[in-house]
Amino acid sequence: MAKYRNYVMAKTIEEAYALNQKKSSVIVAGNMWLRMCGLKKQTAIDLSLLGLDKIEETEDAFVIGSMTTLRALETDSALDQAFGGVFARALAPIVGTQFRATATVGGSVYSRFGFSDVSALLLALDAEVILFKRGAVKLTRYQQEPWDRDIITHIRIAKGQRAAVESVRVSGTDIPVLVCAAARSEAGIRLVLGARPARAIVAADGVDGAQMETFEHIAGRTAFGDNLRASAAYRRRIAPVLMERAYTACREE
Amino acid sequence: MMQIEFILNGRKVSAAIEADDSLYSVLRALGMYSVKCGCETTNCGLCTVHMDGKAVLSCSVPAARCEGHEITTLEGMQEEAARLGACLAGEGAEQCGFCAPGLMMNVFQLARENPHATDAQIDAFLAGNLCRCSGYVSQRRAIRRYLSMMEVQG
Ligand SMILES: Cc1cc2nc3c(=O)[nH]c(=O)nc-3n(C[C@H](O)[C@H](O)[C@H](O)COP(=O)(O)OP(=O)(O)OC[C@H]3O[C@@H](n4cnc5c(N)ncnc54)[C@H](O)[C@@H]3O)c2cc1C
Ligand code: FES
Ligand code: FES
Repeated sequence: MAKYRNYVMAKTIEEAYALNQKKSSVIVAGNMWLRMCGLKKQTAIDLSLLGLDKIEETEDAFVIGSMTTLRALETDSALDQAFGGVFARALAPIVGTQFRATATVGGSVYSRFGFSDVSALLLALDAEVILFKRGAVKLTRYQQEPWDRDIITHIRIAKGQRAAVESVRVSGTDIPVLVCAAARSEAGIRLVLGARPARAIVAADGVDGAQMETFEHIAGRTAFGDNLRASAAYRRRIAPVLMERAYTACREE
Repeated sequence: MMQIEFILNGRKVSAAIEADDSLYSVLRALGMYSVKCGCETTNCGLCTVHMDGKAVLSCSVPAARCEGHEITTLEGMQEEAARLGACLAGEGAEQCGFCAPGLMMNVFQLARENPHATDAQIDAFLAGNLCRCSGYVSQRRAIRRYLSMMEVQG
């Protein structure tokens, strides 16, 4: 279990950022993952008093505070309407309702877990990560970068997209064996593969008029790996099916 | 050591905590023995309590974060617990009973959020409450019975 000497309820984002510049500090969001990591840190920096738990709608986008819980994403009616219920469908398989009432979108994006349903969906939606110091960075880029000491304040998602997510799990509530997220924008359909088991990637972009052979071809050129839950060969075999389902669902929406 | 104050089952309490204590360990130290720890990895739901009216996993909530917040455990919901407990017993949905407090706290949350839940919605809502005895079918019957009882009582 994680061990801390001091626990600071940050009063401002500036304070949190300054404290986080020391290697002996760590940001605490939902704490669901962190507490299991066995980390030993001098200072834990809690972001929960910073008002970063709001989902704001602008004319062309949703700006989601990094401390927004997965459950809030799942149950927010404006997000539900704008994206056809994809957040509820994509996030419902994650552990349980109490878990999702605490796990945050910022913690998910920062962690870049290979198995993340959250990152796969946000990548498909071409989300932007807003960092306190660096400003806005495309998630496609952030997802490939190493962990740093900046703080995610918000996630921005452009409106006007339709998305779908398909995942396979060995048993319900377990982490996925494979995730495929698809999103349709004016540029065509973007397909993301996650839980390969490495970090999620954009497997294809601007796809249109695709058939099963297209998805087989995309799966053929994507890197998959083995882990306890499934082999690379199994993942490669089911990937075209998940892609076809997600693609069809977001085309039909 | 830090000192925190919060509202526990309607009463203001204070506790001396370590920086890395969980809400679970503080609640146990305060004598809230309904709150159980099954996994400590956020998977089982046994440690479920309400924080400001929302079901959360107390094994993962940092105690320091609870300053000024309202925490409710099954000890603070005895009337409700008796009603739901009768439904669980009546449907043979309890064997060792270890999972029951966490399950009950999440059923109360379900009753608030979706009092007319379908079977599929009950299953989905309670997916994070593991039970190694009942096989879940009898629990679902009991929860259905409880929800209809609450509906009749208005
Ligand atoms: C048992 C278990 C099962 C899971 N299953 C799934 C699953 O099936 N699908 C899925 O998608 N996810 C799953 N997850 C991951 C989960 O959804 C969250 O991604 C994870 O818990 C991290 O979010 P958190 O809010 O708990 O962050 P924390 O645990 O608090 O933090 C995680 C990391 O992110 C850093 N961090 C947090 N917020 C910020 C920020 N704003 N800025 C900078 N750094 C930050 C922390 O310092 C830490 O390093 C699972 C997690 C657990 C523990
Ligand atoms: S003890 Fe908290 S979820 Fe299992
Ligand atoms: S009754 Fe034994 S774990 Fe549920």
